[in-house]
Amino acid sequence: MTNIGSLVKREVRAYFGSPIAYVVITGFLLLVGYFFYSLVSWFNATAMQMAQNPYYAQQININEMVFSPLFHNMTIILVLVAPLLTMRLLAEEKKNGTDELLFTSPLSVGEIVLGKYIAALVMWLIMLGLTAILSIFAFATGNPEIAPWLTGYLGLFLAGALFLAIGLFFSSLTENQIVAAFLTFVTLLLLLVLNWVTSSGGGNWRTVVGYLSFSDHFGQMTQGILDTKDLVYFLTFSFFALFLTHSVIQSRRWR
Amino acid sequence: MIEVQGLTKKYGELEAVRGLTFGVEAGRIWGLLGPNAAGKTTTMRILTGYLPATSGRAVVAGFDVFDKPDDVKRSIGYLPEVVPLYQDMTVESYLAFVAEIKKVPKAKRKAAVARVVGSAGLGDVRRRLIRNVSRGYKQRVGIAQAMIHDPKVLVLDEPTIGLDPAQIREIRELIRSLRGEHTILLSTHILPEVTQVCDGVVIIDHGRLKASGSLAELAASFEKNDGVLLRLRSAGPAEALLFKTVPGVGSSSLEGDEIRVEWPRGRDLRDDVARLALDKGLGLKEMRSVAGIEELYMKIVAGGLEQ
Repeated sequence: MTNIGSLVKREVRAYFGSPIAYVVITGFLLLVGYFFYSLVSWFNATAMQMAQNPYYAQQININEMVFSPLFHNMTIILVLVAPLLTMRLLAEEKKNGTDELLFTSPLSVGEIVLGKYIAALVMWLIMLGLTAILSIFAFATGNPEIAPWLTGYLGLFLAGALFLAIGLFFSSLTENQIVAAFLTFVTLLLLLVLNWVTSSGGGNWRTVVGYLSFSDHFGQMTQGILDTKDLVYFLTFSFFALFLTHSVIQSRRWR
Repeated sequence: MIEVQGLTKKYGELEAVRGLTFGVEAGRIWGLLGPNAAGKTTTMRILTGYLPATSGRAVVAGFDVFDKPDDVKRSIGYLPEVVPLYQDMTVESYLAFVAEIKKVPKAKRKAAVARVVGSAGLGDVRRRLIRNVSRGYKQRVGIAQAMIHDPKVLVLDEPTIGLDPAQIREIRELIRSLRGEHTILLSTHILPEVTQVCDGVVIIDHGRLKASGSLAELAASFEKNDGVLLRLRSAGPAEALLFKTVPGVGSSSLEGDEIRVEWPRGRDLRDDVARLALDKGLGLKEMRSVAGIEELYMKIVAGGLEQ
């Protein structure tokens, strides 16, 4: 456990020792801030009109009209951000020959993979924590429900856990960070739009693709629905990506 | 301290190391010699647990590399060919990180970093980013990280490559100062390094063992004669003939602008040869052994000889 701690500490310092952390965090906050601002503006204007009509007035819901779309937008930004956070994790070690230090130290491959992964998760938590500040405004001036907000953030964290695990996997495949980032980006984008085909396909095919689709599981959570099925989806696929990463590293050494 | 038996490593069809067997006693410095692509780096990677062998056995500090990799990794310090440095860390924080992952107990880490900073001469750069220090310092940081957990065995892959002559000398001094406390296996292309630093050598070519032993042992098994090369103020056939008069000398001939004096192995006629040169006032500039590592190496590798 202390080994993983050392690796996480070094990795997080490496993020902040290079421009990556600052650039990515700033860009992410800028985009989230803009989305939040425009959603709130739109919500204000719409709410004003709806309030005229007593029937519609009951349906004004800040959770559905601001937070749910905001969380969806954040996953789209995450598709761009996750590859940037994970691309160097293993690719750079291999390129610089520092993997030789790690693999000749008394560390297991599992510890190395987890250390890298947790460091990326820490970055994601920092970014999520900073966006939560925006919500303080909403809570101070409006009265959103806390439950859907919390499950939404849990969903965002789990989405990050899945995306970063996929990114780490691609970083283990190559020495080239650009290749790792691009493959991650393509995979995440496909994962995000997988539900498009379910509207055309039929039968079992639709069920399978529907289950694999990220958006359906995530959508549930932004609406305040905490279903074990969705949690299992995120956790098993994250674990599977980490397991593949572990296998790639092991097999490379035995080849 | 290091025991290798029938070690073989195949990369697909390519056999990088074939049935290698050798041993290094505790407290000794041994050189691993061979041309490029001879299998030196592969052998070192197997010993340090970076790569698994295809077959054969390797025991380091009493632990089998395949059965007890973690115990081996704890007893071995390794400087890979490409020094594994994190460019964005300072020298000190990098060494502290290596101390952590090499499982130096928390209470002893500070002292361990201070010790290797001292012995590798890194005091001036310890707070600087690794990317900003010179090549020579980077190499020293590499040696320092290999020593941080005070391992019994050090494996150094080309520790002096790419350094300037002054730096090479410093690194050699450093390695020599470790003799006795550590068992060291180092690989190199630079043959004089072997004579200056190593107690013995293992010579491999195309993954096969060609010879191993102390320099004297190798000389004994590959050279019938012992002898010296002399550089004089002026050397001609007349001077060459003169050395034949020394009792015991078998042959004396002109070789370029040097005189080669040889006698059957078993006696040491160096004093007699030198005395003659001095007595006759020939202006002795240099005298060196013919059975140097370079001649041996050329005979073994280029000449295809085997022990």
